Amino acid sequence: MSSATGDETTRRTSPESDAPTDGDVTDSAGSFDAASTTPRSAAADPDALTPAGADPSPVHPAPIDGTADDIEPGAASVDERKQIRRERRKLLLTSPAFVIGCVIVGFWILSALVPGWFTQWGPTEVVRLADGSTIPRTGPNADAWFGTDAIGNDVFARVIYGARPVLILAPVAALLSVIAGTLLGLVMGYLRGWVDEVLSRIIEAFLSIPVILLALMVLVIFGRSRLVIIFTIAVLFTPVVTRTVRSAVMTEAQLDYVTSAKLRGENSLYIMTREILPNITSVIVVEFTVRVGYAIFTVATLAFLGLTADDATSADWGRDVANNYSLIQADQWWPSVFPALAIASLVIAVNLIADSLDRVSKA
Amino acid sequence: MLRFTLRRLALSLVTLLILIFVVFMMTWLTPGDTARRLAGPFAPQERVDALNEQLGLQDPFFVQFWNLLVSVVTLDFGESFSSPGVLVVDLVQPALWNSGKLVLLALVLTLPISIIAGVIAARKKDTVVDRSIVTFGLASASIPEFVSGVILQYVIGVRLGWLPAISDVPEGTSLFGEIEYLLLPALAIVAVYFGYIARITRAGTISALDSDYTRTAYMKGLSTTRVMRRHVLRNSLQPTVAVTGTQIGYLFGGLVGLEIVFNYPGLGRLIFRAATTPDFPLLQAGVITVAVIFMLCTLGADLIIAWMNPRARMNLGNE
Repeated sequence: MSSATGDETTRRTSPESDAPTDGDVTDSAGSFDAASTTPRSAAADPDALTPAGADPSPVHPAPIDGTADDIEPGAASVDERKQIRRERRKLLLTSPAFVIGCVIVGFWILSALVPGWFTQWGPTEVVRLADGSTIPRTGPNADAWFGTDAIGNDVFARVIYGARPVLILAPVAALLSVIAGTLLGLVMGYLRGWVDEVLSRIIEAFLSIPVILLALMVLVIFGRSRLVIIFTIAVLFTPVVTRTVRSAVMTEAQLDYVTSAKLRGENSLYIMTREILPNITSVIVVEFTVRVGYAIFTVATLAFLGLTADDATSADWGRDVANNYSLIQADQWWPSVFPALAIASLVIAVNLIADSLDRVSKA
Repeated sequence: MLRFTLRRLALSLVTLLILIFVVFMMTWLTPGDTARRLAGPFAPQERVDALNEQLGLQDPFFVQFWNLLVSVVTLDFGESFSSPGVLVVDLVQPALWNSGKLVLLALVLTLPISIIAGVIAARKKDTVVDRSIVTFGLASASIPEFVSGVILQYVIGVRLGWLPAISDVPEGTSLFGEIEYLLLPALAIVAVYFGYIARITRAGTISALDSDYTRTAYMKGLSTTRVMRRHVLRNSLQPTVAVTGTQIGYLFGGLVGLEIVFNYPGLGRLIFRAATTPDFPLLQAGVITVAVIFMLCTLGADLIIAWMNPRARMNLGNE
C-alpha cells in the first residue's frame, strides 16, 4: 500500500548507480583474453547459464575499429566471469542477512509444501485434549503452542498452513510484473521517442495512487479469484518495474558497447535483448526479489481487507489477523498477533535477501 | 523558476487527467446495472429508468467522462449512493481532514528521528551503528502497517495500557487532546517510514560527504558542524525531500488497513467502504482526492528541491 510503492525513489536511484559498475566489471575483466577465447568455445561453455555469461563476443563481422573488441562487455573471458560469479556467491553466503533471510523463507516454503511436518492439527480441526475436551480461546500452552482461537482451532496450525496462499500468489504476481516491466523498460529506455513519452505519463498516473486503492477497485470490479488477484498485482507492479528497468537501460545505452553494436549495424531488437538485457540481469534479479516482498505485503493486506476469495475457514495470515484483531482488547492477542508476526517475518526475510543481492551486485 | 514551475504543473495536470480516465474506466467497466442495484430488486422499472436518467448512466462514454471532469473541477460529485441525501463532498471533507491530522502527527514524529538516524549512519558508514540502523530500518519498513498496528495496539495499548488502543476520538475532544488517540496509529506509520527516510538520507549524506565541495569546505578550515550544516545537509537532504513528498501522498488514503485496525475515520477507510458497497461517486471522489494530494505533494517537493539546488531546476525543467 502506501509503502508498497514507497521505496521507489530509493530504487530509482540504485540502478543508475549500479548498472554501470556492472558493465565496468565485465569490461575491465579481460579485454586481452577476448582474443584467445573464440565465441564458439564460450558459447559451448556449459556454465554459461546466466545471461551475463551467455553472450560472449557475439558472432559479428570484423569490428569497425580495433578498439571495438576491447569494450565488448562479453569480452571478459569465461574464467574471469566464473571468478566474478564465484566471488559474488561467496559474498552472499557469508552475509548474515542473506543467510538468515534464506532460512526464514525456507522454513515458510516448507510449511507451505508439507505443513504436516510441523503440526499434527489441521487448520480447521478443533483441538481436543486426551480426555476429548476442547479448549477454545486458550492462550499459548503446552497443547497448543500459539493458543487456540474462538472456534478452538490451533493457532500454530493455522499459521503453518497460512503460508500457502501467500506463497502461491506473491511470487507468481511478482514474476509476471518483472517480465512485463522488463519488456516495457527495454523498449522505453532504448527506443525513447514518443512511445516512451506517452508510457511515462501513464506510469506516473499509476504511481500517483497507492497500489492498495487501485487493487481495491479492480478486485471489486473483476471479482476476487486467485487469477484476478495475481493479474491485478502484476499489472499494478509493472509501472514500478518498468521505471527501474528503463533507467538501467538508459544508463547502459550510453555505454560504448552499445554504440559499437550500433556501428556494426545490429538491429534494435538484437541490441536490446542480446547486448543490454544480459548486462542488467542483476538489476532485474534484485527488482524481482523486492517485488516478491511487496507482493507478499499486498496479498496480506488484501486478505486482511477480506478481498481474497478462498473459502472463509481456510488458513490465511491476513484474514486471520482481520478476524481476530478485535479480540486484542479483550486481551486475547494470540489469534491475531501470531499470524501478524508470521507476515512480518516473511516480508522481512525476503527484504533481507533482496538487500543482500542488491549489495553484492554493486560490490 | 517560474518556467520550471509552470512546466512541472502542466505535466502534473496531464498525469492527473490520465488518472481520472483510469478511475472512470474502472467504474465504467463495472458489470451490473447500477441503477437497478440502487433502486432495489423490487423497484418498478420506471424508477430504475428515472435513476438512470438522473445519474446519466445511459449517456455515451465520453459524455460520462466529461461529466466526471466537470465534477472534479466544480467539486460536485452529487449524492453518495450508500448514504442517500448526503453529498459526497461532505463525506470526503471530514475524512480528508482526519487523514491530514494523522499524517501530520506521523511526519512530525518520523522526520526528525529518521533524518538524524540517516545522518549518523552516513557519518559512521560501515560500522555496527550504521549496519544496525540500516537493517532495523529495512525490517521495520517492510512490514505492512496493519501488522505493526496490531502489534503496537496489543503491546502499548493493551498490555502496557499507555495509550488508547482505538482511535475513536470522543466528541468534543480538543485538537490537542486528540493527539493521545492518534499516537498509536502514528507510531505504526513511524515504524514503516523510519526505514525509508533514514535510508535515503543516509545515501544522500554519503554522496554529499564524498563530494569535492565538502572536501574543499574542510580544507578551508571550517568546523565540522559548519561543514555539515552549510554544505552537506543542504545537498544531502534533497532526496529526503523528494521521498517525503511522495510518501505524504501515499499516507493519505493508502492506510486502509491501519485505519480499520484503529477504527479511525480517515480517507483510506472511506474509500474502502465506498469500493465494497459499491458507492461509485464516493469512490471516484475519494481516489481522485488522493491523486490530487499526491500531485500537490510531489510538486511541492520538486519546488523545494529546485529552490535548494539550481542544478535540479535545470534537470527537471528539461526532463
